[in-house]
Amino acid sequence: MKESIRKPVLAVGPFHPLQEEMEFFQLTIDGEKVTDIDVRLSYNHRGIEKISESLQFDQVPFLVSRICGICSASHPLAYVQAVEELAGIKPPERALYVRTIINELERIHSHLLWVGLAGHFIGYDTVFMWAWKYREPVLDLLEEISGNRNNYGNVRVGGCREDVPNETIPKILKGLDAIEKKTEMLTKAVLDDPVLHARLKGVGVLTKEAAVKYAVTGPTARGSGIAIDVRRDDPYAAYADLDWNVITQPEGDVFAKAVVRLLEILESVKMVRGALKKLPNGPIATEVKEIPPGEAVGRAEAPRGETFHYVRSDGGNRPVRHKIRAPSYVNVPSFKASCIGADIADVTITLAAVDPCYSCTERLAVVDRHGSVTHDYETLLRLSRQKTQRIKKDIGAPELKLEDF
Amino acid sequence: MNLQELNGKLSQIKDKLIAIEQKTANRIFLSCEADNAYAVNKFLFEDVGCRFVIATGIDSDDCFEVLYHYSYDQTGCVITIKAFIRDRQQPAIESITPFLPAAEWIEREIHDILGIDFKGHPNLRRLILADDWPEGVYPLRKEVKK
Repeated sequence: MKESIRKPVLAVGPFHPLQEEMEFFQLTIDGEKVTDIDVRLSYNHRGIEKISESLQFDQVPFLVSRICGICSASHPLAYVQAVEELAGIKPPERALYVRTIINELERIHSHLLWVGLAGHFIGYDTVFMWAWKYREPVLDLLEEISGNRNNYGNVRVGGCREDVPNETIPKILKGLDAIEKKTEMLTKAVLDDPVLHARLKGVGVLTKEAAVKYAVTGPTARGSGIAIDVRRDDPYAAYADLDWNVITQPEGDVFAKAVVRLLEILESVKMVRGALKKLPNGPIATEVKEIPPGEAVGRAEAPRGETFHYVRSDGGNRPVRHKIRAPSYVNVPSFKASCIGADIADVTITLAAVDPCYSCTERLAVVDRHGSVTHDYETLLRLSRQKTQRIKKDIGAPELKLEDF
Repeated sequence: MNLQELNGKLSQIKDKLIAIEQKTANRIFLSCEADNAYAVNKFLFEDVGCRFVIATGIDSDDCFEVLYHYSYDQTGCVITIKAFIRDRQQPAIESITPFLPAAEWIEREIHDILGIDFKGHPNLRRLILADDWPEGVYPLRKEVKK
């Protein structure tokens, strides 16, 4: 430990004041090949589990929604489900549907964000611009419902705080139609593009066996042919009442994960539509008196995979222990299986393929066998884009133009 | 997996468990002493085929607890192994990382925040505490106030 601090490699510095999550990947390389990868994290440890022990049960959702700006619906949902199980609370039907709607809109915007970033990493900046443009109306819909583009603060023990007003339903449906059309076009563009096939297939493969050993979840697991999804396996909110499919791809490479996410956006659109159609009338919250002593677990399928919360109560008004596991915690270590042996030019997109928070991928430095920094993040991005350019030239593909969209 | 099926499977390691508790249809808690935790974990992962979710370290009043959470995805059941570490002075438990790489980070984390030694862990250096955090101060122990 002490020794690694003295290595000049840490001088690259994983800090960035704008980002919420900092990680630092140290790649050991031999020529062009990666021979080892080491991850350092918790540069900005906020001690949320400890803070949670000092907050009342109904205050904690506001804390956990700030764990991640993008998954700010799934964390509080997993938490309140744990507390509701502990106390035997049944939220009203309408609240379950509202939760479903918000969580699926969150998945749509998160996956679109990923598609954009993935495009950026391999030099498809047009995809980046357009995917993020399509994402904007999703955030507008979320703002319409909850008052916030992110950090919705909408879920509470026993129900929800804000309703989806019936008069906004036509507007949401209209928004969904537009999102669906754009996503279908984007999916088709990805599936039809020979450059993307050449660039992403067989890259960063996480085999099914490795995926089991590293216990990965979400699109990372589903892209390796493991059909797990908490929404189906351990249904919560209104998922059991809706008609949808779990998307899987057997290959385990970056392309498979991209396809899983793109198709999942379309499934989410279907789910929100279904939930709006079936939205029952009635209250959105039930009264909660006290939380008895006991322990319970709650989980929800966040855009990146299973979010898991464990809550223990001693009968007081605060949790005595609250354990949180975000999906990236198990997805990120799988880089040991997917990056070793890969080309340096493929590392950025392989790391990005599990969709760790944006910051994670930006904390890269390559170390040669003597321990000095040879490539920083900018260089890796350049190498990644150059490889795309080479492939384009080799197969004679035309440059992607704005008009193509 | 309902309790009956699990009971059938668990009969092979029943002598290692203190208690089996089913809180709801899909939530099962197994209790054992720290010495038996390795065998029970290995059994759930390799023989039953559960997916490791995470572990939770807890400072209870008279002992430390390490909770290993598993998911049996075919039925959506969460199985939690609750291991009690009675020695508060030098808390230690066998590491499960050698057969389950997914546990590497969380064992390092619990070592950081509670000072539990995971014997046999391949790489038990700090994960979440800062490099200048003082040795021997474990932030999630009850004596450490916020």
